Amino acid sequence: MNEWRYWLGEQRGTLTGLAIFLAMFAVYVANHPAGFTANVVHTAANKGVLLAFVAMAQALVVITAGIDLSVGMIFVLTNCLASWIVVGAALPTALGAAAVLVVGALCGALNGLLVIYGRLQPIVATIATGAIYFGLALLLRPYPGGSVNEALADALTGRFFGVIPSSLVALAAVVLVVWLPFRRSVIGRAAYAAGSSEQAAFMSGVPIRRGKFMAYLLGGLLAGMGGLFLTFFTYTGEAAYASGSAYTLWSIAAVVLGGVSLYGGRGSAVGAIFGAFAARTTGDMLFAFDVDPLWQPLLQGIVLMIAVSIGSLALLRVRNRLDWFQ
Amino acid sequence: MSAAGISAPLFRMEGVSRRYGGVRALENAHLEVVPGRIHAILGENGAGKSTLIKIMAGVVAPDEGRMLLDGREVTFRSPAEAAAAGIACVFQELSLIPDLSVADNIVISNPPRRFGMIDRRAQRALAQEALLRAGADDIHPRAAVKDLPLSRRQMVEIAKALALKPRALILDEATSALTAGDVAKVFAVLRRLRDEGLAILYISHRMQEIAELADTCTVFRNGRNVATFAAGSRSNSEIVEMMIGREYSHVFPPKGKPAAAPGKPPVLECRNLGWTDRLRDVSLAVGEGEVVGLGGLEGQGQRLLLLALFGVLRGVTGSVLVDGRPAAISSPAEARERPFSMALIPEDRKTEGLMLPMTVRENLSFAALDHVARGGIIDRRKEEQLIDDMVRLLEIKTAGLDVPVAALSGGNQQKVVLAKWLMRRPRIILLNDPTRGIDVGTKQELYRLLRRLAETGAAIIFYSTDYDELVGCCDRVLVLYDGRVIRELAGDEINERALIASALNVGDGQAETAA
Repeated sequence: MNEWRYWLGEQRGTLTGLAIFLAMFAVYVANHPAGFTANVVHTAANKGVLLAFVAMAQALVVITAGIDLSVGMIFVLTNCLASWIVVGAALPTALGAAAVLVVGALCGALNGLLVIYGRLQPIVATIATGAIYFGLALLLRPYPGGSVNEALADALTGRFFGVIPSSLVALAAVVLVVWLPFRRSVIGRAAYAAGSSEQAAFMSGVPIRRGKFMAYLLGGLLAGMGGLFLTFFTYTGEAAYASGSAYTLWSIAAVVLGGVSLYGGRGSAVGAIFGAFAARTTGDMLFAFDVDPLWQPLLQGIVLMIAVSIGSLALLRVRNRLDWFQ
Repeated sequence: MSAAGISAPLFRMEGVSRRYGGVRALENAHLEVVPGRIHAILGENGAGKSTLIKIMAGVVAPDEGRMLLDGREVTFRSPAEAAAAGIACVFQELSLIPDLSVADNIVISNPPRRFGMIDRRAQRALAQEALLRAGADDIHPRAAVKDLPLSRRQMVEIAKALALKPRALILDEATSALTAGDVAKVFAVLRRLRDEGLAILYISHRMQEIAELADTCTVFRNGRNVATFAAGSRSNSEIVEMMIGREYSHVFPPKGKPAAAPGKPPVLECRNLGWTDRLRDVSLAVGEGEVVGLGGLEGQGQRLLLLALFGVLRGVTGSVLVDGRPAAISSPAEARERPFSMALIPEDRKTEGLMLPMTVRENLSFAALDHVARGGIIDRRKEEQLIDDMVRLLEIKTAGLDVPVAALSGGNQQKVVLAKWLMRRPRIILLNDPTRGIDVGTKQELYRLLRRLAETGAAIIFYSTDYDELVGCCDRVLVLYDGRVIRELAGDEINERALIASALNVGDGQAETAA
């Protein structure tokens, strides 16, 4: 029974993210003209899964007390790349998809190198690399276009047994294959330790640099998976600047909603996934309520603000005002 | 040099020196650590003890000298290397990672693995065993470290060191936050480890603990080891004498006339001030032109007292009076305005006192903007004048006013902090260990300035970890221990012997003056 309490304490952020999402989704479905059907769930899953990948990428970096403002651009770049090379027969398609993921990982690795060895602030380093990644995307796809292996695309965006969205299955697989091993490895623990207290981590002989580097690299990989899925949904590549920027900003909102602390050291990528779905639902909810499109950005902002405020309640209990700034 | 060498030394330090900027933290230090003995290190604040163990634990590298482990020369480039060589350290500033669990922290330097993943079951077993060895099996391995009270964290820290299965264990003020029950448990553990053949280095300010526990003692003063002797062979007062030495290298300006005008209420007074369990029932009064010192060991509530007076803490009980009138100060912004006109010179100038990348001019004018602005517009000429005055008054050595503060030396940075506040002409000045890490010349200038400010009628509270300064600068000194004022010294009573004795909360044979 004691164990149970500690487990709750460890998962509080993730569970809060889940609760926010479930509450929003319930309201959405209840007011949706079609109600809780496989179609509604499928559409919501496909919309949410893209942000979920980018938010997971962001979560990995934020856990190290960093921030990655290039995730959205890695997402766009890998989309453009995939629209060239994830085509043809089974083997070329597979190789192409693998190459897309490698490029995503390399982008993340470059961010990591700049932050760790170049000693740049994560925020400026990733603004710069984000611009570079977008520039590359633009060179690849000056105009929207390209194509993708449609059989693969349809398989990964369709449904299993007619009910379960396959994009969600893919997301779960990624959690199992990428996130959980990271979380439970020494490297992953080093990433958490570096984010929580870099000084204490150093004193304890933790491999800080390797932990941070791996977080950035896997972040790039996950953003690349997002880019690949974007291609599966749209069948094309497009160097869309506005879309990349929006994904970056929403990924930050999503990790906060999912209980990942922007100060580092706390939270999980699973929480970020719930945060991403919750953030997506804020938009859909307004659609279900049939709100005038002109009002949507404003109302969406208010819903987001309220959701994010829930996480800041702890500050009200501080007794030494200097703690506010730590 | 060596104390009764029963077995061959496990670890030797020969002629080790280390400087921080112009400050010599450790100079030509020698030390011999023998297995199966508890070796106590004594010394004042800043005597070099912390630097010594940081070098031994691989946190900082020595500038000179060599270290031998089992007779072979070693160098540690990181704490991990020292740990691999069998030297584990329980640090004073905790080295625990707040967001991780107790078990995560205990095995952090080498978690048990299965198939490349951390084996959580094995980790838990290791953690439980280490906690048991440290006598702290009441702590749940899954609890997050940040949720534990300080005394429990310190026990986790000890368990973490034991989990390394070290050959030499260093404890730096490891009992400072522990309850009496914990201390007894830790002592039993340490004695058992000693009998198992561990070499233990024990740093503490508490003389009773050392008398009870140590086999050998080494005294450090001004970065040098001045004496090594078998425990129990010297009296407490002899040891205090060794810790002080007879050097008085600082020059202090003469003190002012003691009594302020009679009948006038003190400029600043507080009655029965309390805050959580860290400040208890603190009462003090500072008159016009008076310098009142705060003494005692580090972390006994001195800094918090200053923060409480300056309106930083919430939930302070008791009352504060300025000029005899009740003053409800609820923020620093309020504290610095009339009628209070307070200034707090923080200890950590890098984060609390200055904006390092900004220029000297910008830093200076921030605090005084409302004094040089009229209707929101800054009067450039008046600003210029005021800044010039200050730079001259404090003899700030800078290549110009438009140089970033980060480019100045530590002493001159501290002067900029002071100047920043003096531009507001404060009547109540709170100083939080302002001379830490500053060279002697600048220190002297600061002492003279302090006295001059007092002469112009300011009321000054001066917290210092340097007993010399308290003796040389203060009209009265309040010694804090565990959040309370345990002794007040005035006039000739203020000497190092009395300060150290009351800071350690031991009688030193000197006649106690009734407080």
